[in-house]
Amino acid sequence: MPTNLVVTDIKQVTIRFSGDSGDGMQLSGTLFSTLSAIFGNEIATFPDYPAEIRAPQGSLHGVSGFQVRIGSKDVYNSGDKTDVLVAMNPAALKVNAQHLKKGSIVLYDTDSFQKKDLDKALFTTQDPFTELNLNHVQPIGVAITSMTKASLEGSGLENKEMLRSKNMFALGIVCWLFNRPLEIADKLLEQKFSKKPKLVEANIKALTDGYNYGNNIHLTASTYRIDPIESSKGFYTDVNGNTATAYGLIAAAEKAGVQLFLGSYPITPATDILQELVKRKDFGVKALQMEDEIAGITSSLGASFAGCLAATSTSGPGLALKSEALGLAVMTELPLVVIDVQRSGPSTGMPTKSEQTDLNQALYGRNGESPLVVIAAASPTDCFESAFEASKIALEHMTPVILLTDGYIANGSSAWKIPVMSDYPDISPPYVQNHFNGDAGEWKPFLRDEKTLVRYWGIPGTAGYMHRIGGLEKDQLTGVISSNPENHQQMVDIRKQKIENIADYIPEQEVMGDKDADTLIVGWGGTYGHLLEASLRIRAKGKKIAFTHFRYISPLPKNSYELLKKYKRVIIAEQNNGQFADYLSSKFRDLKNIHKYNRVEGQPFKVSELIEEFTKTMEGK
Amino acid sequence: MEATELKYQKHLAKDYKSENAVRWCPGCGDYAILTCLHKALAELNIEPHDTAVISGIGCSSRLPYYMNTYGFHSIHGRAAAIATGVKVANPRLSVWVATGDGDSLAIGGNHFIHTIRRNVDINILLFNNKIYGLTKGQYSPTSARGFVSKSSPYGTIEDPFRPAELCFGARGTFFARAIDVDMKNQVEVMVEAARHKGTSVVEVLQNCVIFNDGIHNKISDRTWKADNTLTLKHGEKMLYGKESDKGIVLDGWNLKGVTIGEDGYTLDDVLVHDATIKDNTLQLKLALMDTSDGLPVALGVIRNVDEPSYEKDYEKQIEEEQKRTPRKSFTEFLLNSSNVWEVK
Repeated sequence: MPTNLVVTDIKQVTIRFSGDSGDGMQLSGTLFSTLSAIFGNEIATFPDYPAEIRAPQGSLHGVSGFQVRIGSKDVYNSGDKTDVLVAMNPAALKVNAQHLKKGSIVLYDTDSFQKKDLDKALFTTQDPFTELNLNHVQPIGVAITSMTKASLEGSGLENKEMLRSKNMFALGIVCWLFNRPLEIADKLLEQKFSKKPKLVEANIKALTDGYNYGNNIHLTASTYRIDPIESSKGFYTDVNGNTATAYGLIAAAEKAGVQLFLGSYPITPATDILQELVKRKDFGVKALQMEDEIAGITSSLGASFAGCLAATSTSGPGLALKSEALGLAVMTELPLVVIDVQRSGPSTGMPTKSEQTDLNQALYGRNGESPLVVIAAASPTDCFESAFEASKIALEHMTPVILLTDGYIANGSSAWKIPVMSDYPDISPPYVQNHFNGDAGEWKPFLRDEKTLVRYWGIPGTAGYMHRIGGLEKDQLTGVISSNPENHQQMVDIRKQKIENIADYIPEQEVMGDKDADTLIVGWGGTYGHLLEASLRIRAKGKKIAFTHFRYISPLPKNSYELLKKYKRVIIAEQNNGQFADYLSSKFRDLKNIHKYNRVEGQPFKVSELIEEFTKTMEGK
Repeated sequence: MEATELKYQKHLAKDYKSENAVRWCPGCGDYAILTCLHKALAELNIEPHDTAVISGIGCSSRLPYYMNTYGFHSIHGRAAAIATGVKVANPRLSVWVATGDGDSLAIGGNHFIHTIRRNVDINILLFNNKIYGLTKGQYSPTSARGFVSKSSPYGTIEDPFRPAELCFGARGTFFARAIDVDMKNQVEVMVEAARHKGTSVVEVLQNCVIFNDGIHNKISDRTWKADNTLTLKHGEKMLYGKESDKGIVLDGWNLKGVTIGEDGYTLDDVLVHDATIKDNTLQLKLALMDTSDGLPVALGVIRNVDEPSYEKDYEKQIEEEQKRTPRKSFTEFLLNSSNVWEVK
């Protein structure tokens, strides 16, 4: 590192790599965030890619982005405005223009800012920056394409292959800007392309040349430096929400001493869970790609009947297809974890965009009185905790559990302290042979634990406990088919009470911030990072505010009502039209203090907007 | 360890019978199928607790309630997918699916073909009565074109599925056919189905005494049965008729029913059945024989081919991977993954 450079210490910076979906922006972004994490930063990432695999080159709807926010501490989300934009073409500049901070750096490829490129992105002039009113940014034009070609001259690669390394040249420049040692990036590239040594060589060359180019011409007057974080001692790795979800299931199966089974069907943005678990044959995981969403859940239910920790992973449209089988899981009272990585809807909606619009579907989307457990994960690493918790509840309370995550936290990653499993609670399923003093003759399939109302698990292959279950209503004592009216009413009540009883086994809801504030911010699921930051920043301005974030939605923590009624104003912020707010209002009808903040744009909340809106509500405007 | 052919106790048919009162209509063909399954399991001597019977929705799907085994009466069309989960979860179990033509060939068609394609080692008993009985008499995917029913008062204008074609089209490895009233053949094919490692489809031509009575009469009635059916046996000549004087011969690319000693045909001309040949061309032709073409309907095991079964291959992959990378605890696994750093 040359000594004559100005090094700026700033707390956090948000960088967005943006280009055509074929430009390798996801790879540049992932590499940069991983090496930042290794370097000791806190990171939060947000891949934002189009639904089309390869949209027309240079078009506005083909723009693929990867945003990463890095900082020495308190990085709760991927940020809403960017400090640095890498724009590989005019479309990338146009799409991201509105998210640029004042004074931000725009690194763009002059080779791909020619007239034909500008036309494709529907610019009407030759000066895209003026046309977009971007007079407040620092544009840095670099001939990335031609320099990458020159860099790889004589490498033996085809022209087309050389151009693929453009993203590495750009990454090299960014690494220079942020003082990232290239050795780490080199190592990551070696891992990534371990089977293609030629590509490793080419990519490292392009990366290094990009870095050197930035250095040689002193690309910008200021360079950022991000301080290593002060974390608690231990081993860390980098994980995204979907992988963390898969890991949570593996960890729970290990704790419970049962086999893990996943029946699934590919669907954006949940597919990674399936793809992670099919790899885990080393743990004996049985993960099946089935013929459709229905087979995904029904094969899992079969595996649950046969004694597995069974799960199925999907997104909103898939959850709709699974509804009937979910009802069967409720009726047969079998353990099942259903993961819904929410995406924008209705119908196919915007598959790669994130929302919280499946809450009603999770709570109510079945025929009959069909209560089950709904919990939601707050962040990429919390997906691990939530998946573990969902599995524990399912196995111990013999019920389907819907775990709601969303595309934002599923694809976003952050540093994660590797959990020590001995710190986690045991998971003890109610195996029938451990009850009734081992006397199989005493048992019927719908006899229950008096306190929890949980039925016992008799697993095929166990001598003496042969029984039949199914979708038809059963007599509560004998377990045979019954359409007796009193029995049905009682069974409906029992199934409801069984779920409500789970509130005795989950923690009480906690409040962060000023407990004596007038205003309570309420959130659930993947908006945690944004809401926390908004509330912290409001407090930093000297205003009192409290914040609570729900993981357990059905049943709610026991103190929910007491907690909510204490505040003068309760602002429930969601990426839907108020589904959780309406749920709370229907549960606690005398709450008159509820305000709603709702955005359904398929994009993460913007902290600045949250602060503004919350402040207005607090001031009674 | 296999669940089949046990060891310490000889089971009787009654051991597989549950205490629940059977509630099909009097005279329903399902009673015979149930009895045959009890007998077949006794002959196989599979432990009742190692047996799981999964069903969907419809009259046929009540069957698990009448079995003293593990049973799961599920939702419409999904039995094959549930059974896949049960079998993959625990390959030791003997897994059976009781289903009907509406359940498996209409609403559950997708699971039916994909289960067969995967070749999971389960046994599908497909009760084919060519009608929706439980909903009181609508035509089914196997009802003949022109069939008049409550939902086709002017006759259907669609062609039926022939289950064997679906099974073969999905690259099925086992297909057998039986008639509900023919208990001997039925028990035999069920036993064969259970012994076959892979998805076994047994089509049972079943009579719905209320809504489609006599639909299989042409082949089930004693008067015509001998001339209108051919019970195939692997390695044996395809002979039929009361006196076994008729046989199936090749006529160009087609099958033909002939009388031995007439038109110059001798016993040597009669084909020998090979259920184990991988090429299913001839087996399909046999499975599709119909009295309307002057041919007997084929019964017995028509196809029985050895191919790797899904759940076995799954276990094999796990075994190989665990040999390659010794089993770790979850925390060890994470500590040994790439991208780990320590904060001291």
